[in-house]
Amino acid sequence: MSLLVKQPGLLSLLQDSGRYGAHNIGLTTGGPLDREAFDWANRLLGNDTDACAIELSFGGLQLQAQVDTYIAVTGAKLPLTIDGQEVDQWTSHKVKAGSRINLGFATQGCRAYVAVAGGLQTPMSFGSRSTVAREKMGGINGGKLVDGDLLDCCETTHLQTYTLLEEQRPQYPEDVDLRVVLGYQEDLFNEQTKQMFFTSTYTMTDRADRMGMRLEGPNVACGSSQMLSEGICHGAIQIPADGQPIVLLNDRQTIGGYPKIGSVIARDTARLAQLRPGNSVQFNAIDIHQAHNINALAVYRYNNTQLTAIDE
Amino acid sequence: MRIQVASENSFIIYFNDVIAASTSAQIGACTAYLRQSMGPVLVDLVPSYASLLVIYHQHLADHYAVKQMLRAAIEQVADESVSEGKLVHLPVYYSEESGPDLAMMAQRANLSIEATIDLHQSMAYQVYAIGFAPGFAYLGEVDKRLAAPRIATPRLKVPKGAVAIADRQTAVYPSQSPGGWNLIGLCPTPMFNPAEQPPMPVNVGDQIKFEAISRAEFLQQGGDEQLLLEPIV
Repeated sequence: MSLLVKQPGLLSLLQDSGRYGAHNIGLTTGGPLDREAFDWANRLLGNDTDACAIELSFGGLQLQAQVDTYIAVTGAKLPLTIDGQEVDQWTSHKVKAGSRINLGFATQGCRAYVAVAGGLQTPMSFGSRSTVAREKMGGINGGKLVDGDLLDCCETTHLQTYTLLEEQRPQYPEDVDLRVVLGYQEDLFNEQTKQMFFTSTYTMTDRADRMGMRLEGPNVACGSSQMLSEGICHGAIQIPADGQPIVLLNDRQTIGGYPKIGSVIARDTARLAQLRPGNSVQFNAIDIHQAHNINALAVYRYNNTQLTAIDE
Repeated sequence: MRIQVASENSFIIYFNDVIAASTSAQIGACTAYLRQSMGPVLVDLVPSYASLLVIYHQHLADHYAVKQMLRAAIEQVADESVSEGKLVHLPVYYSEESGPDLAMMAQRANLSIEATIDLHQSMAYQVYAIGFAPGFAYLGEVDKRLAAPRIATPRLKVPKGAVAIADRQTAVYPSQSPGGWNLIGLCPTPMFNPAEQPPMPVNVGDQIKFEAISRAEFLQQGGDEQLLLEPIV
Protein backbone atom coordinates (compact mmCIF):
# COMPACT_ATOMS: atom_id res chain seq x y z
CA MET A 1 0.00 0.00 0.00
CA SER A 2 1.69 3.12 -1.16
CA LEU A 3 1.88 6.23 -3.30
CA LEU A 4 3.81 5.81 -6.54
CA VAL A 5 6.02 8.68 -7.71
CA LYS A 6 5.25 9.20 -11.41
CA GLN A 7 7.28 12.40 -11.67
CA PRO A 8 9.41 13.72 -8.82
CA GLY A 9 9.50 17.42 -9.72
CA LEU A 10 12.57 19.59 -9.14
CA LEU A 11 13.28 18.65 -5.53
CA SER A 12 10.86 16.54 -3.54
CA LEU A 13 12.01 15.22 -0.18
CA LEU A 14 10.41 13.14 2.54
CA GLN A 15 10.39 15.09 5.81
CA ASP A 16 9.01 14.47 9.26
CA SER A 17 9.59 16.94 12.09
CA GLY A 18 13.35 16.31 11.96
CA ARG A 19 16.17 14.29 13.47
CA TYR A 20 17.07 15.24 17.03
CA GLY A 21 19.60 14.02 19.56
CA ALA A 22 22.39 13.08 17.13
CA HIS A 23 24.17 16.43 16.67
CA ASN A 24 27.01 15.09 18.82
CA ILE A 25 27.93 12.58 16.10
CA GLY A 26 27.62 15.16 13.35
CA LEU A 27 24.05 14.55 12.15
CA THR A 28 22.03 17.64 11.31
CA THR A 29 18.29 18.11 11.87
CA GLY A 30 16.64 18.05 8.46
CA GLY A 31 12.86 18.45 8.69
CA PRO A 32 10.45 20.85 6.94
CA LEU A 33 11.82 24.27 5.99
CA ASP A 34 8.35 25.73 6.59
CA ARG A 35 7.20 24.04 9.78
CA GLU A 36 3.94 26.00 9.85
CA ALA A 37 2.73 24.77 6.44
CA PHE A 38 3.93 21.24 7.28
CA ASP A 39 1.98 21.28 10.56
CA TRP A 40 -1.24 22.38 8.85
CA ALA A 41 -0.95 19.63 6.24
CA ASN A 42 -0.76 16.97 8.95
CA ARG A 43 -3.45 18.61 11.08
CA LEU A 44 -5.93 18.65 8.18
CA LEU A 45 -5.67 14.84 8.19
CA GLY A 46 -5.63 14.37 11.95
CA ASN A 47 -2.04 13.06 11.77
CA ASP A 48 0.58 13.13 14.51
CA THR A 49 2.57 16.37 14.52
CA ASP A 50 5.70 14.58 13.32
CA ALA A 51 4.07 12.44 10.61
CA CYS A 52 6.20 12.14 7.48
CA ALA A 53 5.11 14.21 4.45
CA ILE A 54 6.61 15.31 1.12
CA GLU A 55 8.29 18.71 0.85
CA LEU A 56 8.35 20.02 -2.72
CA SER A 57 10.55 22.89 -3.76
CA PHE A 58 9.03 24.82 -6.72
CA GLY A 59 6.65 21.97 -7.60
CA GLY A 60 6.17 19.57 -10.50
CA LEU A 61 5.32 16.44 -8.53
CA GLN A 62 3.00 13.71 -9.89
CA LEU A 63 1.81 10.83 -7.74
CA GLN A 64 -0.47 7.87 -8.23
CA ALA A 65 -2.31 6.45 -5.22
CA GLN A 66 -2.05 2.65 -4.99
CA VAL A 67 -4.47 2.61 -2.07
CA ASP A 68 -7.59 4.46 -0.88
CA THR A 69 -6.44 7.30 1.31
CA TYR A 70 -6.69 11.04 1.99
CA ILE A 71 -4.22 13.82 1.21
CA ALA A 72 -3.77 17.51 1.98
CA VAL A 73 -1.48 20.02 0.23
CA THR A 74 -0.36 23.23 1.95
CA GLY A 75 2.40 25.83 1.59
CA ALA A 76 3.31 27.48 -1.72
CA LYS A 77 0.37 28.23 -3.99
CA LEU A 78 0.34 25.87 -6.97
CA PRO A 79 -2.16 24.20 -9.32
CA LEU A 80 -3.41 20.96 -7.76
CA THR A 81 -5.53 18.32 -9.51
CA ILE A 82 -6.84 14.90 -8.55
CA ASP A 83 -7.74 12.85 -11.64
CA GLY A 84 -7.75 16.04 -13.68
CA GLN A 85 -10.17 17.87 -11.35
CA GLU A 86 -8.86 21.08 -9.86
CA VAL A 87 -9.04 20.95 -6.06
CA ASP A 88 -8.23 23.32 -3.20
CA GLN A 89 -5.05 23.44 -1.18
CA TRP A 90 -5.30 23.70 2.63
CA THR A 91 -8.06 21.08 2.41
CA SER A 92 -8.13 17.32 2.93
CA HIS A 93 -9.29 15.24 -0.06
CA LYS A 94 -10.18 11.62 -0.60
CA VAL A 95 -8.12 9.80 -3.23
CA LYS A 96 -8.93 6.33 -4.54
CA ALA A 97 -6.51 3.61 -5.53
CA GLY A 98 -5.43 4.49 -9.07
CA SER A 99 -6.05 8.24 -8.67
CA ARG A 100 -3.52 10.63 -10.21
CA ILE A 101 -2.43 13.56 -8.07
CA ASN A 102 -0.71 16.33 -10.02
CA LEU A 103 1.02 19.36 -8.52
CA GLY A 104 2.08 22.13 -10.90
CA PHE A 105 4.67 24.82 -10.31
CA ALA A 106 4.39 27.34 -7.50
CA THR A 107 3.03 30.78 -8.35
CA GLN A 108 3.40 32.17 -4.83
CA GLY A 109 5.91 30.90 -2.30
CA CYS A 110 8.37 28.12 -2.99
CA ARG A 111 7.84 25.09 -0.70
CA ALA A 112 4.67 23.01 -0.62
CA TYR A 113 3.78 20.02 1.57
CA VAL A 114 1.84 16.90 0.66
CA ALA A 115 0.63 14.98 3.69
CA VAL A 116 -1.09 11.61 3.61
CA ALA A 117 -3.52 10.16 6.17
CA GLY A 118 -1.47 8.38 8.85
CA GLY A 119 1.81 9.73 7.46
CA LEU A 120 4.27 8.06 5.10
CA GLN A 121 5.72 4.89 6.61
CA THR A 122 9.24 4.86 5.19
CA PRO A 123 12.16 3.45 7.22
CA MET A 124 13.61 5.52 10.08
CA SER A 125 17.22 6.31 10.68
CA PHE A 126 18.28 7.80 14.00
CA GLY A 127 14.64 8.15 15.00
CA SER A 128 13.54 10.13 11.94
CA ARG A 129 12.39 9.70 8.33
CA SER A 130 13.67 13.15 7.32
CA THR A 131 15.87 13.23 4.22
CA VAL A 132 19.23 14.96 4.43
CA ALA A 133 20.76 14.37 1.00
CA ARG A 134 24.21 15.63 2.04
CA GLU A 135 24.35 12.93 4.73
CA LYS A 136 22.53 10.27 2.65
CA MET A 137 20.13 9.97 5.60
CA GLY A 138 16.41 9.20 5.66
CA GLY A 139 13.97 9.28 2.73
CA ILE A 140 13.97 6.28 0.40
CA ASN A 141 17.70 5.88 -0.21
CA GLY A 142 18.97 8.97 1.54
CA GLY A 143 18.12 11.18 -1.41
CA LYS A 144 15.38 13.11 -3.18
CA LEU A 145 12.40 11.30 -4.70
CA VAL A 146 12.84 9.75 -8.13
CA ASP A 147 10.46 8.21 -10.71
CA GLY A 148 9.07 4.90 -9.54
CA ASP A 149 9.65 5.40 -5.81
CA LEU A 150 6.96 3.71 -3.74
CA LEU A 151 6.05 5.61 -0.59
CA ASP A 152 4.44 3.31 1.94
CA CYS A 153 1.26 4.49 3.61
CA CYS A 154 -1.78 2.83 5.13
CA GLU A 155 -5.29 2.44 3.72
CA THR A 156 -7.81 4.97 5.04
CA THR A 157 -11.37 4.65 3.78
CA HIS A 158 -13.30 6.97 6.10
CA LEU A 159 -12.05 10.28 7.38
CA GLN A 160 -13.83 13.58 8.02
CA THR A 161 -12.42 16.12 5.56
CA TYR A 162 -11.59 19.68 6.60
CA THR A 163 -10.48 22.96 5.16
CA LEU A 164 -8.60 25.88 6.61
CA LEU A 165 -10.58 28.98 5.62
CA GLU A 166 -8.84 31.30 3.19
CA GLU A 167 -8.48 34.15 5.71
CA GLN A 168 -6.79 31.77 8.15
CA ARG A 169 -4.16 30.59 5.68
CA PRO A 170 -0.58 31.92 5.81
CA GLN A 171 0.37 34.35 3.05
CA TYR A 172 3.68 34.25 1.22
CA PRO A 173 4.76 37.81 0.43
CA GLU A 174 7.96 38.48 -1.55
CA ASP A 175 9.32 40.78 1.12
CA VAL A 176 9.59 39.54 4.70
CA ASP A 177 10.73 40.70 8.13
CA LEU A 178 13.03 38.30 9.92
CA ARG A 179 13.07 38.66 13.69
CA VAL A 180 16.51 38.07 15.15
CA VAL A 181 17.54 37.17 18.70
CA LEU A 182 20.98 38.74 19.14
CA GLY A 183 23.54 36.27 20.41
CA TYR A 184 26.75 34.31 19.74
CA GLN A 185 29.44 36.85 18.67
CA GLU A 186 27.12 39.90 18.60
CA ASP A 187 29.73 41.77 20.71
CA LEU A 188 32.21 41.59 17.82
CA PHE A 189 29.89 43.75 15.69
CA ASN A 190 30.10 47.45 16.52
CA GLU A 191 27.01 49.64 16.91
CA GLN A 192 27.38 51.17 13.46
CA THR A 193 27.55 47.76 11.80
CA LYS A 194 24.56 46.51 13.77
CA GLN A 195 22.57 49.58 12.82
CA MET A 196 23.42 49.03 9.17
CA PHE A 197 22.41 45.40 9.41
CA PHE A 198 19.05 46.14 11.04
CA THR A 199 18.07 49.07 8.81
CA SER A 200 19.08 47.72 5.40
CA THR A 201 17.26 45.55 2.91
CA TYR A 202 18.93 42.31 1.85
CA THR A 203 18.18 40.39 -1.33
CA MET A 204 17.86 36.62 -1.67
CA THR A 205 20.53 35.22 -3.98
CA ASP A 206 20.35 32.01 -5.99
CA ARG A 207 22.85 30.44 -3.60
CA ALA A 208 20.06 29.26 -1.38
CA ASP A 209 19.29 25.71 -0.39
CA ARG A 210 18.26 23.60 2.59
CA MET A 211 21.64 24.23 4.25
CA GLY A 212 21.34 27.98 4.19
CA MET A 213 20.24 31.11 2.37
CA ARG A 214 22.86 33.59 1.19
CA LEU A 215 21.66 37.17 1.15
CA GLU A 216 23.14 40.19 -0.58
CA GLY A 217 23.32 43.75 0.70
CA PRO A 218 25.45 46.18 2.70
CA ASN A 219 28.69 44.69 4.01
CA VAL A 220 28.43 43.94 7.74
CA ALA A 221 31.71 42.09 8.30
CA CYS A 222 32.95 42.37 11.88
CA GLY A 223 36.66 42.27 11.04
CA SER A 224 37.27 39.16 13.09
CA SER A 225 37.88 35.95 11.19
CA GLN A 226 39.83 33.26 13.09
CA MET A 227 37.39 31.49 15.36
CA LEU A 228 37.25 28.01 16.83
CA SER A 229 34.50 25.94 15.20
CA GLU A 230 31.43 25.80 17.41
CA GLY A 231 27.87 24.45 17.36
CA ILE A 232 25.53 26.17 14.89
CA CYS A 233 21.84 26.36 15.76
CA HIS A 234 18.90 26.61 13.38
CA GLY A 235 18.47 30.17 12.07
CA ALA A 236 22.00 31.31 12.97
CA ILE A 237 23.15 34.27 10.87
CA GLN A 238 26.72 33.72 9.81
CA ILE A 239 28.71 36.69 8.53
CA PRO A 240 31.83 35.54 6.65
CA ALA A 241 34.67 37.91 5.69
CA ASP A 242 32.75 39.20 2.62
CA GLY A 243 30.19 40.72 5.01
CA GLN A 244 27.21 39.05 3.31
CA PRO A 245 24.87 37.23 5.71
CA ILE A 246 23.98 33.55 5.42
CA VAL A 247 20.97 32.30 7.38
CA LEU A 248 21.62 28.66 8.29
CA LEU A 249 18.70 26.27 8.00
CA ASN A 250 17.65 22.66 8.56
CA ASP A 251 20.47 20.89 6.66
CA ARG A 252 23.29 23.13 8.01
CA GLN A 253 26.54 21.58 9.16
CA THR A 254 26.46 21.15 12.93
CA ILE A 255 29.70 23.08 13.54
CA GLY A 256 31.38 26.03 11.86
CA GLY A 257 33.85 28.81 12.49
CA TYR A 258 32.37 32.04 11.08
CA PRO A 259 31.19 34.88 13.34
CA LYS A 260 27.43 34.97 13.97
CA ILE A 261 25.44 38.04 14.97
CA GLY A 262 22.41 36.12 16.27
CA SER A 263 19.67 33.82 15.03
CA VAL A 264 16.40 34.24 13.13
CA ILE A 265 13.43 32.72 14.99
CA ALA A 266 12.05 29.53 13.41
CA ARG A 267 8.67 31.12 12.80
CA ASP A 268 10.41 33.54 10.41
CA THR A 269 12.84 31.11 8.76
CA ALA A 270 9.61 29.42 7.60
CA ARG A 271 8.80 32.63 5.67
CA LEU A 272 12.38 32.95 4.42
CA ALA A 273 12.14 29.44 2.98
CA GLN A 274 9.18 30.57 0.83
CA LEU A 275 11.24 33.30 -0.90
CA ARG A 276 12.88 33.12 -4.31
CA PRO A 277 16.08 34.73 -5.63
CA GLY A 278 15.53 38.47 -5.95
CA ASN A 279 13.00 38.69 -3.09
CA SER A 280 13.97 40.82 -0.12
CA VAL A 281 14.23 40.68 3.67
CA GLN A 282 14.77 43.06 6.57
CA PHE A 283 16.21 41.95 9.89
CA ASN A 284 14.62 43.13 13.15
CA ALA A 285 16.31 42.70 16.52
CA ILE A 286 14.20 41.29 19.33
CA ASP A 287 15.24 39.98 22.73
CA ILE A 288 14.70 36.49 24.02
CA HIS A 289 11.63 37.51 26.07
CA GLN A 290 9.94 38.86 22.98
CA ALA A 291 10.83 35.69 21.09
CA HIS A 292 9.22 33.54 23.77
CA ASN A 293 6.12 35.75 23.80
CA ILE A 294 5.80 35.59 20.02
CA ASN A 295 6.07 31.81 20.10
CA ALA A 296 3.67 31.34 23.00
CA LEU A 297 1.07 33.49 21.23
CA ALA A 298 1.54 31.66 17.96
CA VAL A 299 1.03 28.29 19.66
CA TYR A 300 -2.09 29.62 21.37
CA ARG A 301 -3.43 30.91 18.08
CA TYR A 302 -2.66 27.69 16.21
CA ASN A 303 -4.38 25.59 18.87
CA ASN A 304 -7.43 27.85 18.85
CA THR A 305 -7.84 28.01 15.11
CA GLN A 306 -10.71 25.73 14.14
CA LEU A 307 -10.68 23.75 10.94
CA THR A 308 -13.95 23.81 9.00
CA ALA A 309 -15.53 20.41 8.36
CA ILE A 310 -16.61 19.66 4.79
CA ASP A 311 -19.87 17.78 4.21
CA GLU A 312 -19.50 15.13 1.55
CA MET B 1 33.23 30.19 31.61
CA ARG B 2 30.49 32.15 29.90
CA ILE B 3 26.89 31.27 29.02
CA GLN B 4 25.68 33.16 25.95
CA VAL B 5 22.32 33.19 24.15
CA ALA B 6 22.61 31.58 20.72
CA SER B 7 18.96 31.65 19.59
CA GLU B 8 15.35 31.65 20.80
CA ASN B 9 15.89 28.10 22.12
CA SER B 10 19.62 27.59 22.58
CA PHE B 11 22.54 28.68 24.72
CA ILE B 12 26.22 28.27 23.99
CA ILE B 13 28.60 27.70 26.89
CA TYR B 14 32.16 28.93 26.26
CA PHE B 15 34.64 27.00 28.41
CA ASN B 16 37.83 28.54 27.05
CA ASP B 17 39.20 30.79 24.29
CA VAL B 18 41.87 28.37 23.18
CA ILE B 19 42.17 24.65 22.43
CA ALA B 20 43.21 22.56 25.43
CA ALA B 21 42.89 18.84 26.17
CA SER B 22 41.64 19.61 29.70
CA THR B 23 38.89 21.88 28.32
CA SER B 24 37.85 19.17 25.87
CA ALA B 25 37.55 16.61 28.69
CA GLN B 26 35.46 19.08 30.69
CA ILE B 27 33.14 19.66 27.70
CA GLY B 28 32.80 15.89 27.24
CA ALA B 29 31.83 15.50 30.90
CA CYS B 30 29.37 18.41 30.79
CA THR B 31 27.74 16.98 27.65
CA ALA B 32 27.23 13.61 29.34
CA TYR B 33 25.89 15.28 32.50
CA LEU B 34 23.36 17.48 30.65
CA ARG B 35 22.12 14.54 28.59
CA GLN B 36 21.17 12.88 31.89
CA SER B 37 20.02 15.90 33.91
CA MET B 38 17.92 17.92 31.43
CA GLY B 39 15.41 15.18 30.62
CA PRO B 40 12.70 16.08 28.10
CA VAL B 41 13.73 19.77 28.12
CA LEU B 42 16.80 18.85 26.07
CA VAL B 43 16.55 18.83 22.26
CA ASP B 44 20.19 18.42 21.25
CA LEU B 45 23.81 19.11 22.21
CA VAL B 46 26.77 20.15 20.06
CA PRO B 47 30.08 19.84 21.91
CA SER B 48 33.03 21.41 20.08
CA TYR B 49 36.63 22.63 20.63
CA ALA B 50 35.97 25.06 23.48
CA SER B 51 32.18 25.36 23.60
CA LEU B 52 28.96 23.43 24.04
CA LEU B 53 25.72 24.40 22.26
CA VAL B 54 22.60 23.38 24.21
CA ILE B 55 19.27 23.37 22.35
CA TYR B 56 16.10 23.13 24.50
CA HIS B 57 12.32 22.90 24.20
CA GLN B 58 11.17 26.44 24.80
CA HIS B 59 7.62 25.30 25.56
CA LEU B 60 8.83 23.04 28.40
CA ALA B 61 11.20 25.45 30.14
CA ASP B 62 11.97 29.14 29.80
CA HIS B 63 15.49 30.44 29.35
CA TYR B 64 15.90 31.33 33.06
CA ALA B 65 15.21 27.74 34.07
CA VAL B 66 17.53 26.37 31.39
CA LYS B 67 20.33 28.75 32.39
CA GLN B 68 20.00 27.45 35.95
CA MET B 69 20.33 23.88 34.68
CA LEU B 70 23.48 24.84 32.79
CA ARG B 71 25.03 26.58 35.82
CA ALA B 72 24.31 23.52 37.95
CA ALA B 73 25.91 21.23 35.36
CA ILE B 74 29.02 23.40 35.11
CA GLU B 75 29.41 23.40 38.91
CA GLN B 76 28.85 19.68 39.13
CA VAL B 77 31.45 18.93 36.47
CA ALA B 78 33.95 21.32 38.08
CA ASP B 79 33.45 19.62 41.47
CA GLU B 80 34.17 16.14 40.21
CA SER B 81 37.78 15.76 39.22
CA VAL B 82 37.03 15.47 35.50
CA SER B 83 38.00 12.08 34.18
CA GLU B 84 39.93 12.20 30.95
CA GLY B 85 37.36 10.39 28.84
CA LYS B 86 38.10 6.97 27.41
CA LEU B 87 41.13 6.02 25.35
CA VAL B 88 40.29 4.17 22.13
CA HIS B 89 42.91 2.36 20.04
CA LEU B 90 42.41 2.40 16.27
CA PRO B 91 44.45 0.24 13.87
CA VAL B 92 45.94 1.92 10.77
CA TYR B 93 47.58 0.37 7.74
CA TYR B 94 50.10 3.11 6.96
CA SER B 95 51.75 2.69 3.55
CA GLU B 96 52.19 4.38 0.22
CA GLU B 97 49.48 2.18 -1.33
CA SER B 98 46.96 3.10 1.41
CA GLY B 99 48.19 6.66 1.98
CA PRO B 100 49.07 8.46 -1.25
CA ASP B 101 50.45 11.53 0.58
CA LEU B 102 52.63 9.61 3.06
CA ALA B 103 55.87 9.94 1.05
CA MET B 104 55.30 13.65 0.52
CA MET B 105 54.54 14.12 4.24
CA ALA B 106 57.77 12.29 5.16
CA GLN B 107 59.76 14.42 2.77
CA ARG B 108 58.23 17.61 4.12
CA ALA B 109 59.07 16.53 7.70
CA ASN B 110 62.56 15.48 6.62
CA LEU B 111 61.94 12.04 8.10
CA SER B 112 61.93 8.49 6.79
CA ILE B 113 58.52 6.97 6.07
CA GLU B 114 58.94 4.69 9.11
CA ALA B 115 59.77 7.64 11.38
CA THR B 116 56.76 9.56 10.04
CA ILE B 117 54.46 6.65 10.85
CA ASP B 118 56.00 6.30 14.32
CA LEU B 119 55.51 9.97 14.99
CA HIS B 120 51.82 9.83 14.04
CA GLN B 121 51.12 6.76 16.18
CA SER B 122 53.28 7.86 19.11
CA MET B 123 50.69 9.99 20.86
CA ALA B 124 47.11 9.95 22.02
CA TYR B 125 44.93 12.55 20.27
CA GLN B 126 42.06 14.38 21.87
CA VAL B 127 38.64 14.19 20.13
CA TYR B 128 37.94 17.93 19.94
CA ALA B 129 34.86 18.05 17.76
CA ILE B 130 32.61 15.91 15.58
CA GLY B 131 30.96 17.46 12.54
CA PHE B 132 31.42 18.34 8.84
CA ALA B 133 29.87 14.93 8.05
CA PRO B 134 28.28 12.21 10.21
CA GLY B 135 31.04 10.58 12.25
CA PHE B 136 33.85 12.93 11.22
CA ALA B 137 35.98 13.49 14.36
CA TYR B 138 38.54 16.29 14.52
CA LEU B 139 41.56 14.97 16.47
CA GLY B 140 44.55 16.92 17.69
CA GLU B 141 47.17 17.94 17.82
CA VAL B 142 49.73 16.16 15.64
CA ASP B 143 53.45 16.86 16.04
CA LYS B 144 54.48 20.17 14.42
CA ARG B 145 56.64 18.29 11.91
CA LEU B 146 53.54 16.51 10.59
CA ALA B 147 51.48 19.67 10.20
CA ALA B 148 50.66 20.12 6.50
CA PRO B 149 48.27 22.44 4.68
CA ARG B 150 45.33 20.95 2.82
CA ILE B 151 46.17 19.79 -0.71
CA ALA B 152 45.71 22.39 -3.46
CA THR B 153 43.02 20.50 -5.36
CA PRO B 154 40.72 18.52 -3.07
CA ARG B 155 40.13 14.92 -4.08
CA LEU B 156 36.66 14.06 -5.34
CA LYS B 157 36.77 10.66 -3.65
CA VAL B 158 38.56 10.14 -0.37
CA PRO B 159 37.89 6.52 0.63
CA LYS B 160 36.08 5.48 3.78
CA GLY B 161 38.62 4.86 6.54
CA ALA B 162 41.29 7.20 5.11
CA VAL B 163 43.54 8.52 7.89
CA ALA B 164 44.34 12.12 7.14
CA ILE B 165 46.15 15.24 8.33
CA ALA B 166 45.36 18.94 7.82
CA ASP B 167 47.38 21.56 9.70
CA ARG B 168 47.78 20.10 13.19
CA GLN B 169 44.57 18.09 13.03
CA THR B 170 44.14 14.48 12.10
CA ALA B 171 41.00 12.45 11.30
CA VAL B 172 39.60 9.22 9.89
CA TYR B 173 37.12 9.76 7.02
CA PRO B 174 33.93 8.00 8.19
CA SER B 175 32.59 7.49 4.66
CA GLN B 176 33.69 8.11 1.10
CA SER B 177 33.52 11.83 0.41
CA PRO B 178 35.33 14.68 -1.30
CA GLY B 179 38.19 15.99 0.83
CA GLY B 180 41.36 18.08 0.89
CA TRP B 181 43.28 16.49 3.76
CA ASN B 182 46.62 14.66 3.29
CA LEU B 183 46.12 10.88 3.28
CA ILE B 184 48.62 8.67 5.12
CA GLY B 185 46.85 5.36 5.71
CA LEU B 186 43.62 3.39 6.05
CA CYS B 187 41.77 2.36 9.20
CA PRO B 188 39.60 -0.81 8.98
CA THR B 189 37.47 0.13 12.03
CA PRO B 190 34.26 1.93 10.99
CA MET B 191 34.05 5.44 12.49
CA PHE B 192 30.34 5.68 11.79
CA ASN B 193 28.01 2.71 11.73
CA PRO B 194 24.29 3.60 11.95
CA ALA B 195 23.46 -0.05 12.73
CA GLU B 196 25.61 -0.04 15.90
CA GLN B 197 24.80 1.44 19.30
CA PRO B 198 26.71 3.68 19.83
CA PRO B 199 27.27 4.43 16.13
CA MET B 200 30.71 5.96 16.81
CA PRO B 201 33.59 4.47 18.85
CA VAL B 202 34.33 7.87 20.46
CA ASN B 203 32.69 11.02 21.87
CA VAL B 204 34.02 14.55 22.14
CA GLY B 205 36.34 14.52 25.17
CA ASP B 206 37.71 10.99 24.51
CA GLN B 207 41.16 10.17 23.15
CA ILE B 208 42.34 8.10 20.19
CA LYS B 209 45.68 6.37 19.76
CA PHE B 210 46.58 4.91 16.37
CA GLU B 211 48.48 1.63 16.03
CA ALA B 212 50.25 0.55 12.86
CA ILE B 213 49.10 -2.76 11.38
CA SER B 214 50.29 -4.72 8.34
CA ARG B 215 48.50 -5.14 5.03
CA ALA B 216 47.46 -8.66 6.06
CA GLU B 217 46.10 -7.42 9.39
CA PHE B 218 44.21 -4.64 7.62
CA LEU B 219 42.44 -7.20 5.43
CA GLN B 220 41.89 -9.56 8.38
CA GLN B 221 40.21 -6.79 10.36
CA GLY B 222 37.70 -6.13 7.61
CA GLY B 223 39.62 -3.60 5.52
CA ASP B 224 38.39 -3.30 1.92
CA GLU B 225 40.90 -4.94 -0.45
CA GLN B 226 39.39 -3.02 -3.35
CA LEU B 227 40.82 0.19 -1.87
CA LEU B 228 44.34 -1.26 -2.22
CA LEU B 229 43.83 -2.61 -5.74
CA GLU B 230 42.61 0.66 -7.21
CA PRO B 231 45.17 3.30 -6.31
CA ILE B 232 43.78 6.36 -4.51
CA VAL B 233 44.42 9.36 -6.74
